[in-house]
Amino acid sequence: MDKFTPFTSIVAPLDRSNVDTDAIIPKQFLKSIKRSGFGPNLFDEWRYLDRGEPDADCSGRPINPDFVLNEARYRDAQILLTRENFGCGSSREHAPWALADYGIRVILAPSFADIFFNNCFKNGILPIVLEDKEIDDIFSKTAGEGVLEIAVDLPGQQLKLSTGESIGFAVDPFRKHCLLEGLDDIGLTLQHAERIREFEAQRRAAEPWVF
Amino acid sequence: MSAKTLYDKLWEAHLVRTDEDGTALLYIDRHLVHEVTSPQAFEGLRLAERKPWRAGAVIATPDHNVPTTNRAVGISDPIARVQVETLDNNCSEFGITEYGMNDARQGVVHVMGPEQGLILPGMTVVCGDSHTSTHGALGALAFGIGTSEVEHVLATQCLIQKKSKSMRINVDGELGRGVTAKDVVLAIIGKIGTAGGTGYVIEFAGSAIRDLSMEGRMTVCNMTIEAGARAGIVAVDQKTIDYVEGRPNAPVGAQWDAAVERWRTLQSDPGAVFDRELHIDAASIAPQVTWGTSPEMVVPVVARVPDPALERDATRADGMRRALEYMGLEAGTPISEISVDIVFIGSCTNGRIEDLRAAAEVARGRRVAPSLQQALVVPGSGLVKAQAEQEGLDRIFIEAGFEWREPGCSMCLAMNADQLLPGQRCASTSNRNFEGRQGKDGRTHLVSPAMAAAAAIAGHFVDVRSL
Repeated sequence: MDKFTPFTSIVAPLDRSNVDTDAIIPKQFLKSIKRSGFGPNLFDEWRYLDRGEPDADCSGRPINPDFVLNEARYRDAQILLTRENFGCGSSREHAPWALADYGIRVILAPSFADIFFNNCFKNGILPIVLEDKEIDDIFSKTAGEGVLEIAVDLPGQQLKLSTGESIGFAVDPFRKHCLLEGLDDIGLTLQHAERIREFEAQRRAAEPWVF
Repeated sequence: MSAKTLYDKLWEAHLVRTDEDGTALLYIDRHLVHEVTSPQAFEGLRLAERKPWRAGAVIATPDHNVPTTNRAVGISDPIARVQVETLDNNCSEFGITEYGMNDARQGVVHVMGPEQGLILPGMTVVCGDSHTSTHGALGALAFGIGTSEVEHVLATQCLIQKKSKSMRINVDGELGRGVTAKDVVLAIIGKIGTAGGTGYVIEFAGSAIRDLSMEGRMTVCNMTIEAGARAGIVAVDQKTIDYVEGRPNAPVGAQWDAAVERWRTLQSDPGAVFDRELHIDAASIAPQVTWGTSPEMVVPVVARVPDPALERDATRADGMRRALEYMGLEAGTPISEISVDIVFIGSCTNGRIEDLRAAAEVARGRRVAPSLQQALVVPGSGLVKAQAEQEGLDRIFIEAGFEWREPGCSMCLAMNADQLLPGQRCASTSNRNFEGRQGKDGRTHLVSPAMAAAAAIAGHFVDVRSL
């Protein structure tokens, strides 16, 4: 995983609550055995007017002009602003794969679904939980003709808005460390292999029927 | 020692180590695998030249992509076929037991697991599938994980976790006639919302939960994820133990006796404190029907489609309007006047033998409405199918005009050929009514198996209690 470096990006406002992972990446794309190439099908049913098929070229498909990511000003957005319970539903990691492949690196929302939230960190995406009123305020700053930019400072846990304000955010220290260093969880866990083996032996003795 | 919740006990029994900040390494006893969320995990193992830590902990079956019609001809969709073959190849390469597409034990992974005695009380159970919460019904700590975590568990037999908060939902009293486990869990989701359980593990308790069969408890725990919770659990009682006894992978002899003694401790201690506790009167629950595009958008069958104009919260009202537009419904319409085109009976939520019996009871001696375009019954596993056929349920369904299919996930998520066409309206016993879930622009109403069968007969929703 690449290290999470500081960046500044336009914010794309997706003003919906309960955006589920079926919407983020519809089921027909889950037939792939790869973990890359999902970006063109991110939000497929909202982004295009026809039905998307796996492995099909999306460049000639009719786009939905009303969908936020199809607005010219948001096309290069790396920050997605949305409402509560983002990423609910299916555990499919194809959802963060699609977001990351598209270029999204930070998601701002008042709350996230649990499995999706975990999956983001495994793919270099930082999901940031902000207060309802902070989210409302950022939404209001994206209204109108212009764009809002935010500079993301993960080490300092600060968002700097192009309108001047700074907003602090919380992040789990272990996850922050893994993102900043681009660490592989498995490698970290295997540093404790001896302890795992010891635990496993105890468990096998206590509840042999599990094994 | 202070009183512990069941979740505390399950957590502590699997805790390998904890960091100062509370990040824990949790040992995983059982790992279920299917074809959709595993190929990239196996590929990751191969690239890093790793082997499964304990291949015997892992059991696989293909379910999402398999056809529910004639299996002898194989899978016609070439991309789906490659995915199922990839699972076969990965299992054989890494020494993992798989119940393949033509094995009698094949089925929806969450139906197959308990059926084979692969899920035992007190276990930690994971699968790259959100409905892994099903297995909490056996007093196991079971939850869905992403593909990176599938690879992590394959490689280390552990997961990096933080402990969730605890919630207990007590459902007390008696359920009315025609009211099922599905209605209980839909009513709970309607009450606490699709994010109401986020950050929690929910223990379902109370006399109405104890009175449910094991399969009913599985239905309730299955949909815990639709309330956003990490896991749902039910304490072990005699029903749990009776359910497990004699299953293919259950312990026997002296180990059985020792296991039962241990399993009987798997309940919350008297006086255990939960971060949140809720009480629901079982008698107040009517058969439920979802009207929108989130499982929390649910009302009793006797109610009407709600009116967004009466919702004070602007974001919620907006979501309701969008849902009504997608669903092609008018606020104020009585639920019983909504006609359906398709009926789907099956899934990890409601594809077990008791679900099929309940639906067959309604269908017996009746005919599917002429207006219906399709009524599908998809058993949850090959063994459920065989049992149903032995009981003659297949004949009841076929004579009533239902199609009797091969086991799999089928139209629950419509990865195979079983899909809604744009605009088709479906009464479905599955778990998600999201936009496009059962097919692009398809319209899903979640109901119990009896309610789905009743809708098939009437051609519209009908209160199953009135039949």
